[in-house]
Amino acid sequence: MRDAPTLAPAKLRIADVALRFTPRRGPTVTALERISLDVRDKEFSVIVGPSGCGKTSLLRLVAGLIEPSEGAIWLDERRVTGPGRDRGMVFQSYTLFPWLTVQQNVEFGLKVAGTPPTQRREIARRFIAQVGLDGFEGHYPKQLSGGMMQRVALARALANDPAVLLMDEPFGALDSQTRSLMQELLLDIWQHFSKTVLFITHDIDESILLGDRVYVMTARPGRIKEMIEIDLPRPRSVDVLTSEAFMTIKRRIMRLIHEEAVRSFAAPDG
Amino acid sequence: MARFLDAYAAPKKDIPRRAYLTVSTLVGVALLAVWCALSYGELVRSDFLPTPGAVVGAAADGLGDGSLLVNTWVSVSEILSGFIIASILAVPLGILMGSFKIVEAAIEPVTNFVRYLPVSALIPLLILWVGIDIEEKITVIFIGTFFQQLILIADVSRSVPKDLLDVSYTLGATRRTVVGRVLIPATMPGVMDTLRITLGWAWTYLVVAELVAANKGLGYFILNSMRGLYTERIFLGIMVIGLLGLLTDQAFKFLRNRLLPWAVAT
Repeated sequence: MRDAPTLAPAKLRIADVALRFTPRRGPTVTALERISLDVRDKEFSVIVGPSGCGKTSLLRLVAGLIEPSEGAIWLDERRVTGPGRDRGMVFQSYTLFPWLTVQQNVEFGLKVAGTPPTQRREIARRFIAQVGLDGFEGHYPKQLSGGMMQRVALARALANDPAVLLMDEPFGALDSQTRSLMQELLLDIWQHFSKTVLFITHDIDESILLGDRVYVMTARPGRIKEMIEIDLPRPRSVDVLTSEAFMTIKRRIMRLIHEEAVRSFAAPDG
Repeated sequence: MARFLDAYAAPKKDIPRRAYLTVSTLVGVALLAVWCALSYGELVRSDFLPTPGAVVGAAADGLGDGSLLVNTWVSVSEILSGFIIASILAVPLGILMGSFKIVEAAIEPVTNFVRYLPVSALIPLLILWVGIDIEEKITVIFIGTFFQQLILIADVSRSVPKDLLDVSYTLGATRRTVVGRVLIPATMPGVMDTLRITLGWAWTYLVVAELVAANKGLGYFILNSMRGLYTERIFLGIMVIGLLGLLTDQAFKFLRNRLLPWAVAT
């Protein structure tokens, strides 16, 4: 399903993107096929899909870390040709630099961009406060919990003031209580900074709680199966998870994902 | 009894520090006691097993005429020269080898071949090529450590998470910055550990290095003592090597905690 063309240009446009790779042995694998989607300015888009559907690859394509086999990606009408600071990314794995303090981690992007020390110190401090880690500036990552590390990673991505924030299951490794808190924190921050976000998850609740739009992907080869507008009122909190409207959307997405899971289960090599 | 087993004989379970030290001391004392019993009790011939007193006496003699210090100094300088030259080359090369496929293709096959050659088998060639002076000893230590370091450091470099490099690119870092400010610092704890382990191995090559035409050094001291059946001096030489190995190992441990306070302790 494609949405009708809008007059306002998309902030981020993924146009007919395919990703194939040829293993040393065996036939060519199509990881992603004909993916097209537009993310509007300040919109929170979520991609949800069964494991192995290529959703992480899609995010890495947007980040410019890998190149599409077909199609193109456009950010602010400029074609993506490689990684850049306009697309900040938060990974599922912990990617803080262990040899840098919290403060230095958050300053990293500014430092490589040549921002003067006093200025970057101040910017970093502001984002560290924003993710609720005042007083931890001098800590090393090994002294932080998983949730705290992901908050620093978020602050580090935001400090660069990226045009889009790419998030690859950033809360996937956290326990469920921490995860809920992180989701609320992210919603706060998103509203506060009016960021455009592209968020990957396999967690249906998370996708509905966070997203303006949820894209459901098919099992390999990954395609966009359906786009669902989430019209739940904002600001949202985790309380929304028990509402009737939420349940209706959840049932629908679950059915879509279930079909895909069954399909890939029956034909593992798709 | 069951309570004792629960407290002290469960796998991976911590025991009180006091108990730990007690056990360590007891074993040390027991070994010493067995040694005393065998030697002073004359259960074993003295040219097979010297008494502790005789070893202390040999140490006193060696310290008195200065020969122990000279031999130790010669060995330490050989080891450090070989080890430092090996490290200066192996650290950068290993880091590149683990992260750049083209460097790996160039040097890994050769390295894997050379590192299984026994160093002692190379000695005739080394005599032919570098002579019999201190260069030969340094070369033996170098060959013994360099190729091992290369393989271990390449592994350290290979295991730096790719996500760490990728996140740097998304933060705006160039390739040069990623190598200099991310890849290299990320390998440092592993590099320090490798240096620590291989310095220990370098000590084990000392005797091999001093097999040929040596007239000073702890290896020479041991070999020479064997000729006169001065078993207490053989013991002394071995113990000094062991102590120096332990000392350098502790020094490395200390340095690692000092220089890399951010690293997870090993």
